[in-house]
Amino acid sequence: MYMLRHIAFCATAVVATPAFAQTPQFGKPIEPADIAPWDISIGPDGAGLPPGRGTAAQGESVYAAQCQGCHGEKGAGGPNDALVGGIGSLVPDKTPVRTVGSYWPHATTLFDYVRRAMPFQESKSLISDEVYAVSAYILNLNGIIGTNDVLDAQSLPKVKMPNRDGFVPFPRNPK
Amino acid sequence: MVRRKNSHPGDPTAGNGMLSRRIFLEGGLVTAATGAGLFSASAEPLAVQPWMKVPGTGFAGYGQPSQFESKVVRFIPAPPNPATQGVGAARTPLHLLEGIITPSGLHFERSHSGIPDIDPDQHRLVIHGLVKRPLVFTVEALSRYPILSRIAFLECGGNSQALNAPQAQSLNVTAIHGLLGCQEWTGVRLSTLLDEAGVEPTARWMIAEGADAAAMSRSVPLAKAMDDALVCLYQNGEHVRPSNGYPVRLLLPGFEGNMNVKWLRRLKLTTGPAMIKDETSKYSILLKDEKAWQFVFPIEVKSLITRPSPGLTLTGPGFYEISGLAWSGNGNIRQVDVSADGGGSWAPAALQGPILPKAPVRFRAPWQWNGGPAVLQSRATDDTGMVQPTRAAFAAERGLRGIYHYNAIASWRIDEKGEATNVYA
Repeated sequence: MYMLRHIAFCATAVVATPAFAQTPQFGKPIEPADIAPWDISIGPDGAGLPPGRGTAAQGESVYAAQCQGCHGEKGAGGPNDALVGGIGSLVPDKTPVRTVGSYWPHATTLFDYVRRAMPFQESKSLISDEVYAVSAYILNLNGIIGTNDVLDAQSLPKVKMPNRDGFVPFPRNPK
Repeated sequence: MVRRKNSHPGDPTAGNGMLSRRIFLEGGLVTAATGAGLFSASAEPLAVQPWMKVPGTGFAGYGQPSQFESKVVRFIPAPPNPATQGVGAARTPLHLLEGIITPSGLHFERSHSGIPDIDPDQHRLVIHGLVKRPLVFTVEALSRYPILSRIAFLECGGNSQALNAPQAQSLNVTAIHGLLGCQEWTGVRLSTLLDEAGVEPTARWMIAEGADAAAMSRSVPLAKAMDDALVCLYQNGEHVRPSNGYPVRLLLPGFEGNMNVKWLRRLKLTTGPAMIKDETSKYSILLKDEKAWQFVFPIEVKSLITRPSPGLTLTGPGFYEISGLAWSGNGNIRQVDVSADGGGSWAPAALQGPILPKAPVRFRAPWQWNGGPAVLQSRATDDTGMVQPTRAAFAAERGLRGIYHYNAIASWRIDEKGEATNVYA
């Protein structure tokens, strides 16, 4: 009832004082620096990637300690998703094996996902160097980059994923 | 479709015993066509039961279903890895429910890293990126805006994926179709909050992110955010349940469930999508060739018979009401047809109001089972004119490797014992 009366009041106040006709404004301004701890999404162009660097050679130990328990030795999978293999399995009439290597179109997605959601029991706990390194390790297992190739904010978006051109827009989305 | 002039409501209207929906409009049930009722012998004398003679229990702070309904619970498939509890889903037992509103505690849930235990006083929703004024909202602040309610379905993009399998599996409604629910959702129009932040003209997309450990995230077209998106505080009249996004969830009516981000903590306006894991590696549809559809937003027209269905065995020949749900993420349901002969002939079902956009409709069709084999199907049409495809037509367009957005006609075979089984027909 309070709300209804409040709206009615605003409506009658329109003519006299237009400022009253505005939607209530209860949002509080916040500075970008104060949003930074939550601003974790990475664009496919690399926007949002933090400073830091890593190689597959460095990432192997991170993987063994943080990832292998769920994703298997060298990303082979089991009990959770396989991260390696399946390249060439998307062709017609084959059973597709969708992994980082065979299916994911952008390498930035790997960094984004590891940083936001992994390791499962303690997400958002890896430092940026570790995320770059373990991303490099998974890409290297898939034969996409070399063992000593450095991943950082400049090089990661340039990694060409095998299925980069595998996606087309759904033709029946609402306009 | 078989139709005759001057027909009686109890007359057959399509093959294998489908009767006219006029029964519901005009009465005239159980006459010549429907034959005798369920029981021909006289009933037993009425017993005076103990609960009729002694006082019942007292009051409860939060009511629970009868102890005799303890089997009406969600089905929780075992996670692939006991160490990653909270990855997976709890599935709604649609065949044990009626009407269109799902009880809050039975609404399906799909989580990627468990259900966070969020203190609403500590929760924040931030809007930033391509806006003039980045803003942060407390839950208390959100609750002070004008709010509105709408009834809307939510369906996981992965619902019914079992029907992609080459051979029909022996599964029931819950196991196949249980990632569907419908609530009265109440909240603030997202456009109100975006207007307050001042959307920059270059913004085209909005990244929505949850406060769960997976920070589950999706990119949403700005047009949808400004159209009918709601920032929900309530479901079915009470605060949103933790499993459905307490204290704040995004509702994008008609769009696949995953995009309706739960535990909503952040909205970032951008020029393009973020290409997050759940919009690239998942929730994309691998087609017959090597290409995959990406950003498949609306749930297309779909229906399902909830009764009879596997586990709800018919108890002998005679009259049955075939009941089910039809829905479309593109608008209203206009028509549902039901077949008892595997799609050979169709009878129009009665649609029970209210018929609301992007909400399920309950349909009902009277059926006289002769005790012989039958294959029951339902086929929905929405008000854009889109008709639910047959499984063959569905597969011809996209193949059966796509996992997501399976919406083809489903079939239950009824055998001579009255048992229903999932089949492809």
